[in-house]
Amino acid sequence: MKKIINDPATVVAEALHGLAVAHPERLRVTTDPAVIVRTDAPVAGKVAVISGGGSGHEPLHGGFVGSGMLDAACPGAVFTSPTPDQVQAAVTATDAGAGALLLVKNYTGDVLNFETAAELAEATGTPVRSVLIDDDVAVADSTFTAGRRGVGGTLLLEKIVGAAAERGTDLDGCARLAASVVAGVRSMGVALTAPTVPHVGEPSFTLGADEMEIGIGIHGEPGRARVPLEDADRLVARLVDAIVSDLPFVAGDRVILFTNSMGGTPLLELYLAHGIAERLLAERGIEVARRLVGPYVTSLEMQGMSLTLLRADDQLLDLWDAPVCTPALRWGM
Amino acid sequence: MACTTEDVVAALRRCAEVISEHRDELVELDREIGDADHGENLNRGFAAVVSAVDSTMPETPGAALKLAATTLISKVGGAAGPLYGTAFLRAATTVGDAAELDAPMVAKVLRAAMDGVVARGKAEQGDKTMVDALHPAVLAAESATEVPVGELLKAAATAASEGAAATVPLVARKGRASYLGERSAGHLDPGARSTELLLGAFAGGQR
Ligand SMILES: Nc1ncnc2c1ncn2[C@@H]1O[C@H](COP(=O)(O)OP(=O)(O)OP(=O)(O)O)[C@@H](O)[C@H]1O
Ligand SMILES: [Mg+2]
Repeated sequence: MKKIINDPATVVAEALHGLAVAHPERLRVTTDPAVIVRTDAPVAGKVAVISGGGSGHEPLHGGFVGSGMLDAACPGAVFTSPTPDQVQAAVTATDAGAGALLLVKNYTGDVLNFETAAELAEATGTPVRSVLIDDDVAVADSTFTAGRRGVGGTLLLEKIVGAAAERGTDLDGCARLAASVVAGVRSMGVALTAPTVPHVGEPSFTLGADEMEIGIGIHGEPGRARVPLEDADRLVARLVDAIVSDLPFVAGDRVILFTNSMGGTPLLELYLAHGIAERLLAERGIEVARRLVGPYVTSLEMQGMSLTLLRADDQLLDLWDAPVCTPALRWGM
Repeated sequence: MACTTEDVVAALRRCAEVISEHRDELVELDREIGDADHGENLNRGFAAVVSAVDSTMPETPGAALKLAATTLISKVGGAAGPLYGTAFLRAATTVGDAAELDAPMVAKVLRAAMDGVVARGKAEQGDKTMVDALHPAVLAAESATEVPVGELLKAAATAASEGAAATVPLVARKGRASYLGERSAGHLDPGARSTELLLGAFAGGQR
């Protein structure tokens, strides 16, 4: 394992310290329990939008804390969900009386910890609503699995709901909006290499030099199939086909397209892939109204990418365009 | 022999030792069908339980179990944190203020702990989770209420071992391993293994 670290046990704490000193004007970071909060929280009259999850997916979620997006984020250990006391601390730090909306990626650990936290917060009198995001089409959604995973769509959800909350939408309105985003967003990823979790020290799985894993999750969970490496045209077509046929997206749809690097894939390759995705969508008559390209929902140093498509009407596009000022996403202000 | 506060605290310390000894094994099991954090998460949690009982010695068995519960909930994370945390919390509630636990009470405690795990995680037997180790342990305990607590716990631990081993051929239907579908068969479930280890630790020094 080759990493710029001191000790696997202190990676998250040291990274949080770095994040805090890098963005003192925007973020307040506490440890024990670990919570990242926007400096102006609680914002009077505003619904608190809170998310969290295992570390190792940066800039998700801490990099999206700030005006127009998240009020707070709870970082767990690497690839491990945060604990209820972190979520509770986040609610306490951001609750302005309008309640809190928890945006939770659908993994058993996250679901159980956020659920426990929601019960604790409700008991103290703060109204709390939770919305699960499960946009990964690679996983069969059946009663025989834990259901689909939350991946790239999480960023779009946090941006759009964050914008609505910033405009004063109430808790029910924010929760309804979140549910509508979840209903219209789909993602799929591919991995060329495996990530190495610091406290494990070895790659999470083994891929041959000429293999790739289609439908990879952001913790290196296996996907649909392990297949021989393909060229970019064929690889991107696989992702587009799987996503488009799932919702399905149809000719005439307007979408936000998010082309995401899993951490190890350079922007050169990512833009190459993004160009292909735009062409394939245009061929199907799907209009890409907005796009985002970059490493935003990562899996440590894993080489690979994901595509996310969100069907977007004028209201969603307007919320997407709304000003946002966070360490990792900033426009309009 | 009944089980006292000292016994419960000693058992919690043994849990921490056993989990620390088996940390790498649990990480490896979770690497095969999960995300390689189970051993690390539990090790962090039980080390914190030891620090907690070091700093304030609980006054009753129930208080010791409750301290373990709140510590695990706030330190473990993952699926196992809320699941084991809920198990210990339900155990504590069942015990109440009792100064000592006799065999029928310990059987009740194990049943309540399992019910807590099922209420939170909604897993059924055969889903390839810790429930597959807990369920036979509860049944074994419930048919051993006439013997000293130590023997009851040994019977429960043995049944948990068998239940854990029986998860190997199963296809996971809950938790992270369920993403693998058929590919999850042929692997021991990490949570069932840790349940086996924890019950073994509880049985270990109890008379
Ligand atoms: N719904 C459930 N009910 C009971 N036990 C479960 C359930 N889901 C998972 N488990 C148990 O939890 C174990 C995994 O625990 P672990 O702490 O590694 O959680 P995790 O799945 O990695 O959490 P996270 O989703 O945060 O990554 C499994 O081996 C299984 O025994
Ligand atoms: Mg795990």
